[in-house]
Amino acid sequence: MSTKIVIEPVTRVEGHGKVTIHLDDMGNVDEARFHIVEFRGFERFIQGRPYWEVPVLVQRLCGICPVSHHLAASKAMDAVIGVDTITPTAEKMRRLMHYGQIYQSHALHFFHLASPDLLFGFDADASQRNVIAVAQEFPQLATQGIHMRRWGQQIIEATAGKRIHGTGSIPGGVNKNLSLEERDRFLADLDQQLQWAREAVAIARDYTMEHLETARGFAAFPSNHVGLVDDEGVLDLYDGRLKAIDPDGEVIFEGMEAHEYSDYLAEEVRPWSYMKFPFIRSLGPRRGWYRVGPLARVNLCRRMGTPEADAAREEFMALTDGKPNHLTLAYHWARMIELLHCAERIGELLDDPDLQGDELTTSGEFRGEGVAIIEAPRGTLFHHYRVDRNDQVTMANLIVSTTSNNEAMNRAVTDVAEKYLSGQRITDGLLNHVEVAIRAYDPCLSCATHALGQMPLSIEIVGPDGAVLASRLKG
Amino acid sequence: MTTAVKPRIATVSLAGCFGCHMSLLDIDERLLDLVEIVDFDRSPIDDIKTFTHRCAIGLVEGGCANDENVHVLEEFRENCDILVSIGECARTGGIPALRNSIPLAECLDEAYRSGPTVYNPTGTLPTDEELPLLLNRVVPCHEVVRIDYHVMGCPPSAETLWQVLTALLSNEKVQLPYELIKYD
Ligand code: SF4
Repeated sequence: MSTKIVIEPVTRVEGHGKVTIHLDDMGNVDEARFHIVEFRGFERFIQGRPYWEVPVLVQRLCGICPVSHHLAASKAMDAVIGVDTITPTAEKMRRLMHYGQIYQSHALHFFHLASPDLLFGFDADASQRNVIAVAQEFPQLATQGIHMRRWGQQIIEATAGKRIHGTGSIPGGVNKNLSLEERDRFLADLDQQLQWAREAVAIARDYTMEHLETARGFAAFPSNHVGLVDDEGVLDLYDGRLKAIDPDGEVIFEGMEAHEYSDYLAEEVRPWSYMKFPFIRSLGPRRGWYRVGPLARVNLCRRMGTPEADAAREEFMALTDGKPNHLTLAYHWARMIELLHCAERIGELLDDPDLQGDELTTSGEFRGEGVAIIEAPRGTLFHHYRVDRNDQVTMANLIVSTTSNNEAMNRAVTDVAEKYLSGQRITDGLLNHVEVAIRAYDPCLSCATHALGQMPLSIEIVGPDGAVLASRLKG
Repeated sequence: MTTAVKPRIATVSLAGCFGCHMSLLDIDERLLDLVEIVDFDRSPIDDIKTFTHRCAIGLVEGGCANDENVHVLEEFRENCDILVSIGECARTGGIPALRNSIPLAECLDEAYRSGPTVYNPTGTLPTDEELPLLLNRVVPCHEVVRIDYHVMGCPPSAETLWQVLTALLSNEKVQLPYELIKYD
C-alpha cells in the first residue's frame, strides 16, 4: 500500500514549512511535497492604504530582506506617480542600500545558516550543527561572518535610517543622502571586507570542488533560470530587463520590461501549499517552472560587471563549459560570487560624489499603476500596484523570490527522498538531507506566503489511502 | 568549557516577519558573549525544534494567525519561566492583524483567485489537511497566554533587546532609557 511521510519543522530557514513524502503501492517515492503553512492575506488588506505608506508597510512581510520590498515598492510607486527617472543621488542611495542588503543577507545565509552543514557535515548531530557551535569551534570564521553582516547592516542604517524596516526610500526618490563622515566610515572597512569576500568565494568554491561527487548526486536537475540583466546582458541587481534561459542556456525570452510581467509569467495554485507555483506562460505550468536567485543570476548574465566577480564567475562557468550549472549545492558558490560583486559595487559607489548631492526627489504626472522588478538576495521580486485618485491602493500583486523557487525546492526534496528513504523509517540522514536541500535555496518563507515564522520541519509518510504510516518531528 | 549550568533561552517566530530575530542578531559581536552566558534551546537560530529542557526565558516574535501558532505559544508558556513578547506583532498582532477587519474568505480569494498572475482553472484554495487552520482574527500573544514582559518596536532595536536580556538574566529591573523606547 502507498504511504506518506511528514517532516517538520525545518530550522535555519525562515518561515513555516512541512514536508510530506508520498509513497506508491510498491513503497517507492511517488512525490514529495514542501508545504508552506502560513498565510497572511497581504494582497487584500493593503487595499485602501495610502500609496506612500506601502514602501514601509510591505517590508514587514520579511525582516530578512526588508530592503528588497522597501525598494521594489518604492520603484513601483515611482511609476504610479509618473516618475520614470529618479535623481542620480536618489538612484545611487537606493543602490547602495540594496548592495548593502544583499551583502549582509548573503553573509548571514552563508556564515550563520549554511556553514554548519558545510563545516560539520550534513549528518552531524543537531547540537553541533548550528552557528553557536561554529562560533565555538571556528571563532575566527564566525567573527568574520558577524563583521561582514554588520558592515552591510550599517550601510542599510546609513541609507535607510534603520537596520531593519527603514524609511529611506520614498515614492519619487529618497529622504536623505550620505554624509562624508558616513562614507569615510565605510571606506575605512572596504579593503578588509573585499578581502573577506574573496576568501568566502574561495571557501565556497573549494567546498564545491572537493565535494563534486556529492554535489552532482544531490538534488541536481536541469531547469530554466530567470533573472534581471541590463541592456548589455550584464547582471543588474537593482533594475533592468527580465531574461529567461532554458537548461541549455538558450534564451526563452529577454528584454522584458516590468509592466509586461503578467504576459510572461503566471502562478499556479495547488491545494496543499499557501505558496503558489510560478511558471513561464509560453511553456505552460508543467514545463515552465524556473529557478531564481544567485545560481540563476550567475548562470544567465553575460558578465557580473565588476572585475573580481567576473573572474570568479569565469571559474564557476568553466566547471560546466559555459553551460548553465544545475547543481543545487552550487547556489552557495554563486551566492559568494555575488557577495564579492556587492562589495565591489559598494566600493565604486562610495567614491561617487553624487551620494552627497541634495536633489533627493522628483515628481511626475499621476498614472495610478506601477510594476517593479528587483533582484532580492533570494531572487527576482515583482511588485505590482494600482492606486486610485484618493491615493488609496486598489490592487496589489507580489511574486516573491522564494515563490519562484517553489517547484525547484519540491523537486530537490523529492530527489533527496528517493535517495535517503529506507523503507518507511524516517532516519536522521533523511531529515538532515531534506533540510540541507531546502536550505541551499535560502528560502525566506515568511515573505513567500507573505507570512513568517521559524521553519520547523516535520516529515510524514502517507499511504495511497491517505493514512499516515509514520511521522517524525526533527529535533 | 565550564560545567556550570547556563540559563537557557528559547525563541520562536509565530506570525511575524523574522525582523525581531534579525534585530537580535544585530547585537553583532555581542552574540559571541551571549552564547557564553546562555544556552539556546528550541530556536530557529540553532537546529533544536522541540524543547529539550525547561528555559529561563522565552522570546516570542509574532502574534497568532493559525491554530499551530496558538499551540506553539502554549508550549512556550509551559516551558519558560519568563515569557517575553518581542515587537509589535507579538504585542498587538502588528501588520498581519490588518486582515482582521476583512473576512478571511476575501483575503484567500484575492491571493488565490483574483490576482493578475493567478492560474487556477478549478478555483481551488489551499485547504489540504497538512495546512494549519487559520484563525479568523490574528491575535496578540497576551490574548492566548500570560506574558511577563512586552518589548515594543518594529523591531525593537538590537540595543533594546540586549539590555532587556542582560537585565532579565541578571535578575535586575529592566530600565530602558528614552532613546530605546521611542520608535517610528
Ligand atoms: S514586530 Fe515588526 S520586525 Fe517584529 S516580526 Fe512584527 S513586523 Fe517583523
